[in-house]
Amino acid sequence: MSQSYNRGTVEDFGRWREFTAGMWAWIFHKFTGWVLVGYLFTHIAVLSTSVGVDPASAQAGTDLYTSTLSGLESLLIVRFLEVGLLAVAVFHILNGIRLLMVDLGVGLESQDKSFYASLVLTGAIVVASVPTFLGGKLL
Amino acid sequence: MAQHYSSFDRGGRRWLFQRLTAVFLIGVLAFHFMLLHFVNHAADITFLGTQARMSQVSYFATMWLFLVTATFHGVNGVYNALVNQGLTGSQKNAVKYMLGIAGLLLVVQGTRVSLAMTTLV
Repeated sequence: MSQSYNRGTVEDFGRWREFTAGMWAWIFHKFTGWVLVGYLFTHIAVLSTSVGVDPASAQAGTDLYTSTLSGLESLLIVRFLEVGLLAVAVFHILNGIRLLMVDLGVGLESQDKSFYASLVLTGAIVVASVPTFLGGKLL
Repeated sequence: MAQHYSSFDRGGRRWLFQRLTAVFLIGVLAFHFMLLHFVNHAADITFLGTQARMSQVSYFATMWLFLVTATFHGVNGVYNALVNQGLTGSQKNAVKYMLGIAGLLLVVQGTRVSLAMTTLV
């Protein structure tokens, strides 16, 4: 029943013009994966400002960790980038669940529909989250 | 038309671990994002608040496992993607070791950072 799949043909970037749901799901999954792994390394680099925080300055809220985070969060562009990060993460999660289903052979007949459902659900979650991300104090 | 195909390489652990870490990450990433953007707004996060959360052993353990699994999933994902694109031979080996070292350094630095946030040690 189960058989190996010729990934060499599928994973040819030149096929993007075919506009098949599976092809776009694959492209989006790779793109969002690269963004997330890039963010992971950046995130740890930013959080590294908490190494060696002086307790007195932490008490006063003037330590480098607190001021770096609040400084970044006071920029509108960072808030928008966070909305983008949410979109990327939500799509990667939903499409990842879809991929797992495909791998297990569940719902193969509707794998196109599940891709579109992932996109719609990602859009809905992102739109619903915008007020939270853009709300609060900005410079 | 549709047939059962799988991106699992039979007997291959890289794909299996990729899926296992994915299942864990689905929950913990959603929890992390909800807690630090919706429950506590990112703009209001302070060192003392982070320290209070991270000093709970269960929270610390969850976040540290999050670091390790996310690093593995990310670095292994990049490696798998490059292998699927046709990376072979000595280039494949070089990429494997480079990504392995990058992942290891990230876990080491992430552990240093997470310990610095706690009052546990």
